[in-house]
Amino acid sequence: MSTKTLSPDVERVEALAHTHVMDCYQCGKCSAGCPVADRMDVIPSGLMRMVQIGEVRQAAGTMSVWQCLSCQTCSTRCPKSVHVAEVIDALKQIAFEKKLIHPKLRRVAIFQKTFIDTVRRNGRLNEIELTGFFKLSGFFNDFSIPKLMADGQLAVPMILRNKLHFKPGSPVKDKAVVRRIFEKCFKETKKKTT
Amino acid sequence: MINIGYYPGCALHGSSNDYEQSVRNCLAKLEVSLKEIDDWICCGASGAHMINKKLGTALPLRNLAIAERDGVAELLAPCPLCSMELLKAKQKITADELLRREMSEIVELPLAGSCDVLNLVQIFQKVGFDNIIENATVKLEGFKPACYYGCLMVRPPRVVQFDDPEHPNSMETLLAGLGAEPVHWNYQTECCGAGLTLADGATVERLVGKILKNAKEHGATCMVAACPMCIVNLDMKQSAAEKRLGESLHLPVYSLSDLVGLALGLSKKELAINKHFVEA
Repeated sequence: MSTKTLSPDVERVEALAHTHVMDCYQCGKCSAGCPVADRMDVIPSGLMRMVQIGEVRQAAGTMSVWQCLSCQTCSTRCPKSVHVAEVIDALKQIAFEKKLIHPKLRRVAIFQKTFIDTVRRNGRLNEIELTGFFKLSGFFNDFSIPKLMADGQLAVPMILRNKLHFKPGSPVKDKAVVRRIFEKCFKETKKKTT
Repeated sequence: MINIGYYPGCALHGSSNDYEQSVRNCLAKLEVSLKEIDDWICCGASGAHMINKKLGTALPLRNLAIAERDGVAELLAPCPLCSMELLKAKQKITADELLRREMSEIVELPLAGSCDVLNLVQIFQKVGFDNIIENATVKLEGFKPACYYGCLMVRPPRVVQFDDPEHPNSMETLLAGLGAEPVHWNYQTECCGAGLTLADGATVERLVGKILKNAKEHGATCMVAACPMCIVNLDMKQSAAEKRLGESLHLPVYSLSDLVGLALGLSKKELAINKHFVEA
Protein backbone atom coordinates (compact mmCIF):
# COMPACT_ATOMS: atom_id res chain seq x y z
CA MET A 1 0.00 0.00 0.00
CA SER A 2 1.24 3.42 -0.89
CA THR A 3 1.75 5.96 1.86
CA LYS A 4 2.24 8.89 -0.50
CA THR A 5 -0.65 11.30 -0.83
CA LEU A 6 -2.41 11.23 -4.17
CA SER A 7 -3.48 14.27 -6.14
CA PRO A 8 -7.19 15.15 -5.79
CA ASP A 9 -7.87 13.97 -9.37
CA VAL A 10 -6.30 10.57 -8.70
CA GLU A 11 -8.16 10.32 -5.39
CA ARG A 12 -11.41 10.97 -7.20
CA VAL A 13 -10.69 8.14 -9.67
CA GLU A 14 -9.92 5.78 -6.78
CA ALA A 15 -13.09 6.78 -4.94
CA LEU A 16 -15.28 6.31 -8.02
CA ALA A 17 -13.64 3.03 -9.05
CA HIS A 18 -13.20 1.56 -5.54
CA THR A 19 -9.68 0.44 -6.37
CA HIS A 20 -6.01 1.27 -5.79
CA VAL A 21 -4.49 2.53 -9.03
CA MET A 22 -0.96 2.35 -7.59
CA ASP A 23 -1.29 -1.44 -7.33
CA CYS A 24 -0.91 -1.65 -11.12
CA TYR A 25 2.62 -2.78 -12.04
CA GLN A 26 2.20 -2.38 -15.80
CA CYS A 27 2.22 -6.04 -16.81
CA GLY A 28 -0.06 -5.24 -19.75
CA LYS A 29 -2.42 -8.17 -19.30
CA CYS A 30 -5.43 -5.83 -19.45
CA SER A 31 -4.30 -4.52 -22.84
CA ALA A 32 -3.50 -8.00 -24.15
CA GLY A 33 -7.08 -9.19 -23.56
CA CYS A 34 -8.90 -6.02 -24.57
CA PRO A 35 -11.08 -6.71 -27.66
CA VAL A 36 -10.70 -3.13 -28.90
CA ALA A 37 -7.12 -2.28 -27.84
CA ASP A 38 -6.01 -2.31 -31.49
CA ARG A 39 -8.22 0.72 -32.17
CA MET A 40 -7.33 2.73 -29.07
CA ASP A 41 -5.10 5.80 -29.00
CA VAL A 42 -3.88 4.76 -25.51
CA ILE A 43 -4.19 1.08 -24.50
CA PRO A 44 -5.76 0.21 -21.10
CA SER A 45 -2.41 -0.26 -19.29
CA GLY A 46 -1.36 3.12 -20.72
CA LEU A 47 -4.49 4.72 -19.26
CA MET A 48 -3.61 3.13 -15.91
CA ARG A 49 -0.11 4.64 -16.08
CA MET A 50 -1.49 8.08 -16.96
CA VAL A 51 -3.75 7.95 -13.92
CA GLN A 52 -0.84 6.84 -11.70
CA ILE A 53 1.27 9.84 -12.69
CA GLY A 54 -1.64 12.23 -12.22
CA GLU A 55 -2.58 12.78 -15.86
CA VAL A 56 -6.25 12.09 -15.10
CA ARG A 57 -7.69 14.81 -17.32
CA GLN A 58 -5.52 13.80 -20.26
CA ALA A 59 -6.63 10.17 -19.78
CA ALA A 60 -10.29 11.25 -19.61
CA GLY A 61 -9.79 13.09 -22.91
CA THR A 62 -8.58 10.06 -24.88
CA MET A 63 -10.58 8.27 -27.57
CA SER A 64 -9.90 5.02 -25.70
CA VAL A 65 -12.40 5.62 -22.93
CA TRP A 66 -15.23 5.75 -25.51
CA GLN A 67 -13.92 2.72 -27.38
CA CYS A 68 -14.08 0.72 -24.15
CA LEU A 69 -17.04 -1.69 -24.24
CA SER A 70 -17.18 -2.19 -20.43
CA CYS A 71 -16.72 -5.91 -21.12
CA GLN A 72 -14.77 -6.37 -17.85
CA THR A 73 -12.06 -8.59 -19.38
CA CYS A 74 -9.32 -6.26 -18.07
CA SER A 75 -10.65 -6.25 -14.50
CA THR A 76 -11.15 -10.02 -14.58
CA ARG A 77 -7.59 -10.78 -15.70
CA CYS A 78 -5.69 -8.21 -13.64
CA PRO A 79 -3.21 -10.16 -11.46
CA LYS A 80 -3.30 -7.30 -8.92
CA SER A 81 -7.12 -7.18 -8.81
CA VAL A 82 -7.22 -3.59 -10.00
CA HIS A 83 -10.70 -2.75 -11.29
CA VAL A 84 -9.43 -1.44 -14.62
CA ALA A 85 -12.87 -1.25 -16.25
CA GLU A 86 -14.15 0.78 -13.30
CA VAL A 87 -11.16 3.13 -13.61
CA ILE A 88 -12.15 3.67 -17.26
CA ASP A 89 -15.76 4.24 -16.13
CA ALA A 90 -14.49 6.85 -13.68
CA LEU A 91 -12.56 8.54 -16.51
CA LYS A 92 -15.76 8.63 -18.57
CA GLN A 93 -17.66 10.26 -15.72
CA ILE A 94 -14.86 12.84 -15.32
CA ALA A 95 -14.93 13.45 -19.09
CA PHE A 96 -18.67 14.17 -18.84
CA GLU A 97 -18.29 16.44 -15.81
CA LYS A 98 -15.26 18.40 -17.05
CA LYS A 99 -16.36 18.43 -20.70
CA LEU A 100 -13.29 16.50 -21.86
CA ILE A 101 -15.06 14.15 -24.27
CA HIS A 102 -12.88 13.42 -27.32
CA PRO A 103 -14.60 15.08 -30.33
CA LYS A 104 -14.04 12.08 -32.63
CA LEU A 105 -16.05 9.76 -30.39
CA ARG A 106 -18.56 12.23 -29.00
CA ARG A 107 -21.33 10.11 -30.58
CA VAL A 108 -20.77 7.30 -28.09
CA ALA A 109 -21.03 9.72 -25.17
CA ILE A 110 -24.13 11.29 -26.70
CA PHE A 111 -25.69 7.84 -26.94
CA GLN A 112 -25.12 7.05 -23.28
CA LYS A 113 -26.37 10.48 -22.21
CA THR A 114 -29.49 10.12 -24.39
CA PHE A 115 -30.11 6.67 -22.93
CA ILE A 116 -29.98 7.94 -19.36
CA ASP A 117 -32.18 10.94 -20.25
CA THR A 118 -34.96 8.68 -21.55
CA VAL A 119 -34.73 6.68 -18.33
CA ARG A 120 -34.95 9.91 -16.31
CA ARG A 121 -38.13 10.87 -18.19
CA ASN A 122 -39.83 7.45 -18.38
CA GLY A 123 -38.31 5.29 -15.66
CA ARG A 124 -37.58 2.68 -18.30
CA LEU A 125 -35.93 2.70 -21.69
CA ASN A 126 -38.14 3.77 -24.58
CA GLU A 127 -36.30 2.45 -27.63
CA ILE A 128 -38.08 4.64 -30.19
CA GLU A 129 -37.42 7.76 -28.13
CA LEU A 130 -33.77 6.76 -27.64
CA THR A 131 -33.25 6.08 -31.35
CA GLY A 132 -34.97 9.31 -32.41
CA PHE A 133 -33.18 11.60 -29.97
CA PHE A 134 -29.84 9.88 -30.53
CA LYS A 135 -30.10 10.11 -34.32
CA LEU A 136 -30.95 13.81 -34.08
CA SER A 137 -28.33 14.85 -31.55
CA GLY A 138 -25.77 12.65 -33.31
CA PHE A 139 -26.57 14.40 -36.59
CA PHE A 140 -26.17 17.85 -35.07
CA ASN A 141 -22.80 16.71 -33.71
CA ASP A 142 -21.16 15.78 -37.02
CA PHE A 143 -23.79 16.31 -39.78
CA SER A 144 -23.12 12.82 -41.09
CA ILE A 145 -25.94 11.69 -43.39
CA PRO A 146 -24.68 8.06 -43.62
CA LYS A 147 -24.70 7.81 -39.82
CA LEU A 148 -28.18 9.34 -39.71
CA MET A 149 -29.41 6.70 -42.16
CA ALA A 150 -27.46 3.76 -40.65
CA ASP A 151 -29.60 0.84 -39.47
CA GLY A 152 -32.57 2.33 -41.35
CA GLN A 153 -32.86 -0.90 -43.32
CA LEU A 154 -33.62 -2.71 -40.04
CA ALA A 155 -36.76 -0.65 -39.29
CA VAL A 156 -39.17 -2.52 -41.58
CA PRO A 157 -38.02 -6.05 -40.63
CA MET A 158 -38.23 -5.00 -36.98
CA ILE A 159 -41.78 -3.72 -37.38
CA LEU A 160 -42.73 -6.95 -39.20
CA ARG A 161 -41.42 -8.91 -36.23
CA ASN A 162 -43.34 -6.71 -33.77
CA LYS A 163 -40.03 -5.55 -32.29
CA LEU A 164 -40.60 -1.79 -32.49
CA HIS A 165 -43.10 -0.37 -30.05
CA PHE A 166 -44.25 3.19 -30.49
CA LYS A 167 -46.05 2.99 -27.17
CA PRO A 168 -44.19 1.07 -24.47
CA GLY A 169 -46.33 -1.80 -23.18
CA SER A 170 -46.15 -1.17 -19.46
CA PRO A 171 -45.17 2.35 -18.41
CA VAL A 172 -43.73 3.08 -14.97
CA LYS A 173 -46.46 4.31 -12.60
CA ASP A 174 -44.29 6.24 -10.16
CA LYS A 175 -42.17 8.39 -12.46
CA ALA A 176 -41.76 11.04 -9.77
CA VAL A 177 -39.61 8.77 -7.63
CA VAL A 178 -37.32 8.12 -10.59
CA ARG A 179 -36.83 11.84 -11.06
CA ARG A 180 -36.10 12.30 -7.37
CA ILE A 181 -33.48 9.50 -7.48
CA PHE A 182 -31.79 11.26 -10.40
CA GLU A 183 -31.87 14.63 -8.64
CA LYS A 184 -30.36 13.26 -5.45
CA CYS A 185 -27.56 11.43 -7.29
CA PHE A 186 -26.58 14.38 -9.45
CA LYS A 187 -26.78 16.91 -6.62
CA GLU A 188 -24.33 14.80 -4.63
CA THR A 189 -21.83 14.74 -7.50
CA LYS A 190 -22.04 18.49 -8.05
CA LYS A 191 -21.22 19.11 -4.41
CA LYS A 192 -18.14 16.90 -4.67
CA THR A 193 -16.74 18.41 -7.85
CA THR A 194 -17.04 22.06 -6.84
CA MET B 1 -43.85 -25.51 -8.61
CA ILE B 2 -41.06 -22.99 -8.09
CA ASN B 3 -42.12 -19.41 -7.33
CA ILE B 4 -39.65 -16.75 -8.28
CA GLY B 5 -39.53 -12.96 -8.64
CA TYR B 6 -39.03 -11.65 -12.15
CA TYR B 7 -37.18 -8.55 -13.33
CA PRO B 8 -37.60 -8.41 -17.12
CA GLY B 9 -35.56 -5.27 -17.71
CA CYS B 10 -36.10 -2.84 -20.58
CA ALA B 11 -34.80 -4.97 -23.46
CA LEU B 12 -37.20 -7.84 -22.80
CA HIS B 13 -40.14 -5.42 -22.80
CA GLY B 14 -38.79 -3.79 -25.94
CA SER B 15 -37.15 -5.23 -29.02
CA SER B 16 -36.15 -8.47 -27.26
CA ASN B 17 -39.78 -9.43 -26.68
CA ASP B 18 -39.14 -12.69 -28.55
CA TYR B 19 -36.55 -13.60 -25.89
CA GLU B 20 -39.07 -12.81 -23.16
CA GLN B 21 -41.77 -14.98 -24.78
CA SER B 22 -39.27 -17.84 -25.04
CA VAL B 23 -38.15 -17.51 -21.40
CA ARG B 24 -41.74 -17.29 -20.13
CA ASN B 25 -43.08 -20.26 -22.10
CA CYS B 26 -40.06 -22.43 -21.43
CA LEU B 27 -40.17 -21.78 -17.68
CA ALA B 28 -43.96 -22.28 -17.56
CA LYS B 29 -43.40 -25.72 -19.07
CA LEU B 30 -40.94 -26.41 -16.24
CA GLU B 31 -43.54 -25.25 -13.68
CA VAL B 32 -41.58 -22.17 -12.71
CA SER B 33 -44.00 -19.39 -11.85
CA LEU B 34 -42.67 -15.88 -12.48
CA LYS B 35 -43.99 -12.95 -10.47
CA GLU B 36 -42.97 -9.69 -12.14
CA ILE B 37 -41.94 -7.18 -9.50
CA ASP B 38 -44.22 -4.17 -9.17
CA ASP B 39 -43.32 -0.96 -10.99
CA TRP B 40 -39.70 -1.87 -11.67
CA ILE B 41 -37.43 0.71 -13.29
CA CYS B 42 -34.41 0.55 -15.60
CA CYS B 43 -31.22 -0.75 -13.93
CA GLY B 44 -29.18 1.99 -15.62
CA ALA B 45 -27.62 -0.55 -17.99
CA SER B 46 -24.55 0.67 -19.85
CA GLY B 47 -25.12 4.38 -19.33
CA ALA B 48 -25.59 5.10 -15.64
CA HIS B 49 -22.34 3.63 -14.30
CA MET B 50 -20.22 5.80 -16.60
CA ILE B 51 -22.18 9.04 -16.24
CA ASN B 52 -22.83 9.05 -12.52
CA LYS B 53 -21.53 6.24 -10.35
CA LYS B 54 -24.06 6.93 -7.62
CA LEU B 55 -26.94 6.68 -10.07
CA GLY B 56 -25.47 3.43 -11.41
CA THR B 57 -25.81 2.01 -7.89
CA ALA B 58 -29.16 3.61 -6.98
CA LEU B 59 -31.18 2.50 -10.02
CA PRO B 60 -30.62 -1.25 -9.55
CA LEU B 61 -31.10 -0.89 -5.79
CA ARG B 62 -34.55 0.64 -6.21
CA ASN B 63 -35.55 -2.64 -7.88
CA LEU B 64 -33.96 -4.81 -5.21
CA ALA B 65 -35.75 -2.75 -2.57
CA ILE B 66 -39.11 -3.26 -4.33
CA ALA B 67 -38.43 -7.00 -4.53
CA GLU B 68 -37.50 -7.16 -0.84
CA ARG B 69 -40.56 -5.13 0.16
CA ASP B 70 -42.77 -7.62 -1.68
CA GLY B 71 -41.12 -10.59 0.00
CA VAL B 72 -39.17 -11.82 -3.03
CA ALA B 73 -36.21 -13.98 -1.95
CA GLU B 74 -34.93 -14.77 -5.45
CA LEU B 75 -35.15 -12.64 -8.53
CA LEU B 76 -34.66 -13.83 -12.11
CA ALA B 77 -33.07 -11.26 -14.43
CA PRO B 78 -32.68 -12.93 -17.86
CA CYS B 79 -30.53 -10.03 -19.08
CA PRO B 80 -26.95 -10.35 -17.74
CA LEU B 81 -26.50 -6.58 -17.93
CA CYS B 82 -29.34 -6.27 -15.42
CA SER B 83 -28.32 -9.21 -13.26
CA MET B 84 -24.71 -8.01 -13.03
CA GLU B 85 -25.76 -4.43 -12.15
CA LEU B 86 -28.21 -5.73 -9.52
CA LEU B 87 -25.55 -7.97 -7.99
CA LYS B 88 -22.87 -5.28 -8.08
CA ALA B 89 -25.10 -2.79 -6.29
CA LYS B 90 -26.13 -5.41 -3.74
CA GLN B 91 -22.49 -6.27 -3.06
CA LYS B 92 -21.65 -2.60 -2.52
CA ILE B 93 -24.30 -2.06 0.16
CA THR B 94 -23.54 -5.36 1.86
CA ALA B 95 -19.92 -4.28 2.29
CA ASP B 96 -20.61 -0.69 3.30
CA GLU B 97 -23.18 0.11 5.99
CA LEU B 98 -22.99 3.88 5.45
CA LEU B 99 -23.63 3.45 1.75
CA ARG B 100 -26.56 1.13 2.50
CA ARG B 101 -28.21 3.79 4.63
CA GLU B 102 -27.53 6.52 2.10
CA MET B 103 -28.88 4.40 -0.77
CA SER B 104 -31.96 3.48 1.21
CA GLU B 105 -32.64 7.21 1.55
CA ILE B 106 -32.05 7.83 -2.15
CA VAL B 107 -34.32 5.00 -3.37
CA GLU B 108 -36.91 5.84 -0.69
CA LEU B 109 -37.32 2.25 0.53
CA PRO B 110 -35.67 0.09 3.18
CA LEU B 111 -32.73 -1.93 1.84
CA ALA B 112 -31.46 -5.13 3.40
CA GLY B 113 -29.55 -6.60 0.48
CA SER B 114 -31.22 -9.95 1.13
CA CYS B 115 -32.68 -10.70 -2.30
CA ASP B 116 -30.72 -13.11 -4.51
CA VAL B 117 -30.36 -12.49 -8.23
CA LEU B 118 -30.27 -15.30 -10.80
CA ASN B 119 -29.44 -15.37 -14.49
CA LEU B 120 -31.24 -17.67 -16.95
CA VAL B 121 -28.74 -20.53 -16.63
CA GLN B 122 -29.02 -20.38 -12.85
CA ILE B 123 -32.80 -20.77 -12.99
CA PHE B 124 -32.29 -23.94 -15.06
CA GLN B 125 -29.75 -25.09 -12.48
CA LYS B 126 -32.34 -24.44 -9.78
CA VAL B 127 -34.92 -26.58 -11.60
CA GLY B 128 -32.12 -29.13 -12.00
CA PHE B 129 -30.42 -30.12 -15.25
CA ASP B 130 -31.28 -33.78 -14.55
CA ASN B 131 -34.91 -32.88 -14.01
CA ILE B 132 -35.03 -30.97 -17.33
CA ILE B 133 -33.29 -33.80 -19.20
CA GLU B 134 -35.75 -36.32 -17.71
CA ASN B 135 -38.74 -34.24 -18.82
CA ALA B 136 -37.44 -33.65 -22.35
CA THR B 137 -39.55 -35.23 -25.08
CA VAL B 138 -37.51 -34.20 -28.13
CA LYS B 139 -33.81 -35.03 -28.57
CA LEU B 140 -31.84 -32.05 -29.88
CA GLU B 141 -30.26 -34.19 -32.58
CA GLY B 142 -28.28 -32.43 -35.29
CA PHE B 143 -27.79 -29.25 -33.23
CA LYS B 144 -24.13 -28.27 -32.98
CA PRO B 145 -24.35 -25.04 -31.00
CA ALA B 146 -21.51 -22.70 -30.10
CA CYS B 147 -22.46 -21.68 -26.55
CA TYR B 148 -21.83 -17.97 -26.22
CA TYR B 149 -21.70 -16.46 -22.71
CA GLY B 150 -20.53 -12.98 -23.67
CA CYS B 151 -19.28 -10.68 -20.94
CA LEU B 152 -21.44 -10.00 -17.98
CA MET B 153 -22.84 -13.44 -17.28
CA VAL B 154 -19.36 -14.51 -16.15
CA ARG B 155 -17.60 -11.18 -15.54
CA PRO B 156 -16.51 -9.65 -13.31
CA PRO B 157 -16.23 -12.91 -11.33
CA ARG B 158 -15.91 -11.04 -7.99
CA VAL B 159 -19.48 -9.80 -8.63
CA VAL B 160 -21.32 -12.52 -10.53
CA GLN B 161 -19.59 -15.62 -9.11
CA PHE B 162 -20.98 -17.80 -11.87
CA ASP B 163 -19.26 -20.63 -13.75
CA ASP B 164 -15.64 -20.23 -14.95
CA PRO B 165 -14.92 -16.71 -16.25
CA GLU B 166 -12.60 -17.97 -19.02
CA HIS B 167 -13.93 -21.43 -19.88
CA PRO B 168 -17.55 -21.70 -18.73
CA ASN B 169 -19.39 -24.95 -19.47
CA SER B 170 -22.84 -24.85 -17.83
CA MET B 171 -24.76 -24.27 -21.09
CA GLU B 172 -22.73 -27.00 -22.81
CA THR B 173 -23.53 -29.45 -20.00
CA LEU B 174 -27.27 -28.83 -20.19
CA LEU B 175 -27.46 -28.91 -24.00
CA ALA B 176 -25.30 -32.04 -24.29
CA GLY B 177 -27.67 -33.71 -21.83
CA LEU B 178 -30.55 -32.79 -24.15
CA GLY B 179 -28.87 -34.48 -27.12
CA ALA B 180 -27.11 -31.54 -28.79
CA GLU B 181 -23.40 -31.57 -29.63
CA PRO B 182 -21.92 -28.29 -28.38
CA VAL B 183 -18.65 -27.42 -30.13
CA HIS B 184 -15.32 -26.41 -28.57
CA TRP B 185 -14.41 -22.94 -29.76
CA ASN B 186 -12.44 -19.84 -28.76
CA TYR B 187 -14.83 -16.95 -28.23
CA GLN B 188 -17.26 -18.15 -25.56
CA THR B 189 -16.64 -15.01 -23.50
CA GLU B 190 -15.41 -12.48 -26.07
CA CYS B 191 -17.43 -9.23 -26.19
CA CYS B 192 -19.94 -8.65 -29.05
CA GLY B 193 -20.05 -4.89 -28.51
CA ALA B 194 -23.20 -5.11 -26.38
CA GLY B 195 -25.14 -1.86 -26.17
CA LEU B 196 -23.04 -0.02 -28.74
CA THR B 197 -25.15 -1.36 -31.65
CA LEU B 198 -26.58 2.08 -32.41
CA ALA B 199 -23.68 4.26 -31.26
CA ASP B 200 -20.81 2.41 -32.94
CA GLY B 201 -22.25 -0.10 -35.40
CA ALA B 202 -18.93 -0.68 -37.19
CA THR B 203 -17.26 -2.00 -34.02
CA VAL B 204 -20.20 -4.30 -33.27
CA GLU B 205 -20.17 -5.69 -36.82
CA ARG B 206 -16.43 -6.34 -36.64
CA LEU B 207 -16.68 -8.15 -33.28
CA VAL B 208 -19.79 -10.11 -34.28
CA GLY B 209 -18.06 -11.21 -37.49
CA LYS B 210 -15.01 -12.40 -35.56
CA ILE B 211 -17.16 -14.38 -33.08
CA LEU B 212 -19.40 -16.00 -35.70
CA LYS B 213 -16.50 -16.88 -37.99
CA ASN B 214 -14.68 -18.65 -35.17
CA ALA B 215 -17.83 -20.59 -34.24
CA LYS B 216 -18.29 -21.66 -37.86
CA GLU B 217 -14.65 -22.73 -38.19
CA HIS B 218 -15.11 -24.98 -35.17
CA GLY B 219 -18.06 -26.76 -36.71
CA ALA B 220 -20.99 -24.90 -35.14
CA THR B 221 -24.33 -25.00 -36.96
CA CYS B 222 -25.97 -22.45 -34.66
CA MET B 223 -25.30 -20.04 -31.80
CA VAL B 224 -26.80 -20.17 -28.30
CA ALA B 225 -26.79 -17.28 -25.85
CA ALA B 226 -28.60 -16.18 -22.71
CA CYS B 227 -28.36 -12.41 -23.12
CA PRO B 228 -30.70 -10.13 -25.10
CA MET B 229 -27.80 -7.90 -26.24
CA CYS B 230 -25.72 -10.86 -27.49
CA ILE B 231 -28.74 -12.35 -29.27
CA VAL B 232 -29.67 -9.08 -30.98
CA ASN B 233 -26.10 -8.40 -32.11
CA LEU B 234 -25.38 -11.93 -33.37
CA ASP B 235 -28.78 -12.24 -35.06
CA MET B 236 -29.76 -8.80 -36.32
CA LYS B 237 -26.23 -7.72 -37.20
CA GLN B 238 -25.25 -11.03 -38.81
CA SER B 239 -25.94 -9.97 -42.39
CA ALA B 240 -23.92 -6.74 -41.92
CA ALA B 241 -21.09 -8.76 -40.37
CA GLU B 242 -21.21 -11.20 -43.30
CA LYS B 243 -20.89 -8.29 -45.74
CA ARG B 244 -17.90 -6.95 -43.83
CA LEU B 245 -16.23 -10.41 -43.86
CA GLY B 246 -17.18 -11.05 -47.49
CA GLU B 247 -18.48 -14.53 -46.71
CA SER B 248 -21.74 -16.19 -45.84
CA LEU B 249 -22.09 -17.69 -42.36
CA HIS B 250 -25.78 -18.41 -41.82
CA LEU B 251 -25.70 -19.34 -38.15
CA PRO B 252 -29.20 -19.23 -36.59
CA VAL B 253 -29.09 -17.63 -33.13
CA TYR B 254 -31.06 -19.25 -30.33
CA SER B 255 -31.59 -18.25 -26.76
CA LEU B 256 -30.88 -21.01 -24.26
CA SER B 257 -34.61 -21.08 -23.45
CA ASP B 258 -35.32 -21.69 -27.19
CA LEU B 259 -33.33 -24.91 -27.24
CA VAL B 260 -34.50 -26.12 -23.83
CA GLY B 261 -38.07 -25.28 -24.92
CA LEU B 262 -37.71 -27.25 -28.16
CA ALA B 263 -36.45 -30.24 -26.16
CA LEU B 264 -39.48 -29.93 -23.88
CA GLY B 265 -41.75 -30.18 -26.92
CA LEU B 266 -42.65 -26.51 -27.42
CA SER B 267 -43.08 -25.26 -31.00
CA LYS B 268 -40.86 -22.69 -32.76
CA LYS B 269 -43.83 -20.33 -32.74
CA GLU B 270 -44.43 -20.72 -29.00
CA LEU B 271 -40.77 -19.84 -28.46
CA ALA B 272 -40.93 -16.93 -30.96
CA ILE B 273 -38.09 -18.49 -32.97
CA ASN B 274 -40.01 -17.38 -36.08
CA LYS B 275 -39.26 -13.76 -35.06
CA HIS B 276 -35.49 -14.17 -35.43
CA PHE B 277 -33.64 -12.52 -38.30
CA VAL B 278 -31.43 -15.44 -39.38
CA GLU B 279 -33.88 -18.15 -40.36
CA ALA B 280 -33.67 -21.20 -38.11
